[in-house]
Amino acid sequence: MTQSNTVEEIVSQPYKYGFITDIETEKIPKGLNEDVIRLISAKKNEPDFLLKFRLRAYQQWLKMKEPNWSGLTYSKIDYQDLVYYAAPKQDIKKKSLDEVDPKLLETFEKLGIPLSEQKRLSNVAVDAVFDSVSIATTYKEKLAKHGVIFCSISEAISEYPDLIEKYMGTVVPINDNFFAALNSAVFSDGSFVYIPKGVECPMELSSYFRINSGDTGQFERTLIIAEESSSVSYLEGCTAPMFDTNTLHAAVVELVTLDNASIKYSTVQNWYAGNEEGVGGIYNFVTKRGECRGKNSKISWSQVETGSAITWKYPSCVLQGDNSIGEFYSIALTNNCQKADTGTKMIHIGKNTKSKIVSKGISAGHSKNSYRGLVSISPNAEGARNYSQCDSMLIGDKASANTYPYIQSNQPQSNIEHEASTCRISEDQLFYLQSRGIDFEESVSMLVSGFCSDVFNELPMEFASEADKLLALKLEGSVG
Amino acid sequence: MISSTSETILSIEDLHASVEDQEILHGVNLVVKEGEIHAIMGRNGSGKSTLSKVIAGHPSYKVLSGSIQFKGKDILELEPEERARIGIFLGFQYPVEIPGVSNLEFLRVATNSRRKELIKSELDTFEFEDLVKEKLKIVEMDPAFLERSVNEGFSGGEKKRNEILQMALLEPVISILDETDSGLDIDALRIVASGINRLSQPNSATILITHYQRLLNEITPDFVHIMADGKIIKTGNKELAIELEKSGYDFVDKNTKEKEMAK
Repeated sequence: MTQSNTVEEIVSQPYKYGFITDIETEKIPKGLNEDVIRLISAKKNEPDFLLKFRLRAYQQWLKMKEPNWSGLTYSKIDYQDLVYYAAPKQDIKKKSLDEVDPKLLETFEKLGIPLSEQKRLSNVAVDAVFDSVSIATTYKEKLAKHGVIFCSISEAISEYPDLIEKYMGTVVPINDNFFAALNSAVFSDGSFVYIPKGVECPMELSSYFRINSGDTGQFERTLIIAEESSSVSYLEGCTAPMFDTNTLHAAVVELVTLDNASIKYSTVQNWYAGNEEGVGGIYNFVTKRGECRGKNSKISWSQVETGSAITWKYPSCVLQGDNSIGEFYSIALTNNCQKADTGTKMIHIGKNTKSKIVSKGISAGHSKNSYRGLVSISPNAEGARNYSQCDSMLIGDKASANTYPYIQSNQPQSNIEHEASTCRISEDQLFYLQSRGIDFEESVSMLVSGFCSDVFNELPMEFASEADKLLALKLEGSVG
Repeated sequence: MISSTSETILSIEDLHASVEDQEILHGVNLVVKEGEIHAIMGRNGSGKSTLSKVIAGHPSYKVLSGSIQFKGKDILELEPEERARIGIFLGFQYPVEIPGVSNLEFLRVATNSRRKELIKSELDTFEFEDLVKEKLKIVEMDPAFLERSVNEGFSGGEKKRNEILQMALLEPVISILDETDSGLDIDALRIVASGINRLSQPNSATILITHYQRLLNEITPDFVHIMADGKIIKTGNKELAIELEKSGYDFVDKNTKEKEMAK
């Protein structure tokens, strides 16, 4: 038994969210064309401006090429072989939780997200999205008292079309990239958050995304607006059943903060990652971006990425307002044949803008784990500062870790610091813990948690321990 | 303290062991009984630290032949954590730093794994804090150390005290302390030594691995062994250590030569 072999065994842990909910689903036929887009829009009773938005995006998408720049290879996606809308059949539009199909409630309960009045989390409001639709949002009334809007994006489109028209597509333009254009054309649901001026959101907001159908792409769209001097903390979680085919997940998330506002956006991503040979799993091609439009505003991304066969994801901050702050805290754990290429872009435009990047990558098995990030300082961003720290940990000798920092500075009065490190799980550290009676498995997960602690400290309290458990789970298994 | 009826805790017979394919131990024999304090002295590279790591089960060290028994049971097949749980404790010469892992949590998990073996109840955070605050007094450590990462940024003396704190919490049957005295100033040495003295029990034993006599002024050994070239070449009482201090290791060399000649 060699040490590294055993560590590899440990990181191979069966996926426990791989079950399929047996529920009747309404799906539209496979394939993508203008009619499909009109059909999706009609199903959702969307206003005309949104249909036009979708069609414009579709036209752009047709002209775009699928990117292949990151050196990650994957089997070609046949966009005509995907279903673009799938929804669990429900007779009438649900008015309250009591009317939601019990099977769906049960599914979310199994995932650890109880929605019913008696069981739901006491200080977290949840929007639960199943395949293409939001099935329930908790604590809506309580939030409404504070003027906070938290609902599915579909509901927002019909109830608050002015806000949607004003903001949607302004942070991530429809032609931003191939997958963002596709999302803009076909997105089905997602979450919408609006925090009015001066309001500190009284509870954590959370969206939980569940893919259930095997051949359905999930294209969710999230928009969060924090008006002047408001603040909110938002968390998203994701899981999917195990299929031996690859499922596409191409989300777009847009955040906007105005003067003195702040948004903290945390993700725990645990999509199905495929099996040990790399068969199946989710392609997680996501565009996430926030704009600090107002002065002294702040956007902070934190992510714990453990799932998906392939992850392409670069939650970014455009720091427009003077003195605005962007942060990115990331843990990416890859195992078996998973590939993750993730990082951030910090675009400094305003004066005295600050950004901080802390990235922790852990690669095991045959996986590839890359940090890719851009720090850009525009000529007007006098006094801009960035600090980046990218650490990688390798488990076994077949995994790889890469760091690609891109730095562009056009402003001499700015300050950019970058630190990077790569390490292996140290035999001496392992032995030290073991020689105190802590078993091998627990020692490994303690070391990994320790490696990630800078990022755990940034997660909302309620989720830090969840995330820690998730990592431990991924690192758990049979030790010989 | 020692009586002829004392139970044997550790029994090592003709132990040969290697690291990176190089044989370091060339046939070590050692018997340690309840209540005994043994000192193992010798030059750098004589195999003292290797012996301690082999007993604790470090994966880089391979046992080529011979046996190690703990209370009559062969332990060579046991994982390091299993050896720790049955009561074998290794105090490291260079305790590693483990960034990001809280010292308090580490101590608690370690303590509970030993308590489980002893069929004692596991301690929750609050119960453990009470226990650890009691034990901190033994090594005169500030509770602030608990809040820090394991050994991270600790001075040499603080690391060694943290080792003795672990010993106090784990209540081992046999403690092997590898150069616990190295790098300590006089005050720290006294604290560490008095900690070790306070922790020794009639039914436990201690092996002190050291270069110098000075630790043995604080802790009186029942046996002193001198190691050279991967073997114990001479065993005596505390006078042997004093003699060694006086005449240096040349005396060992001379001694070895004479032995060789006699053969």
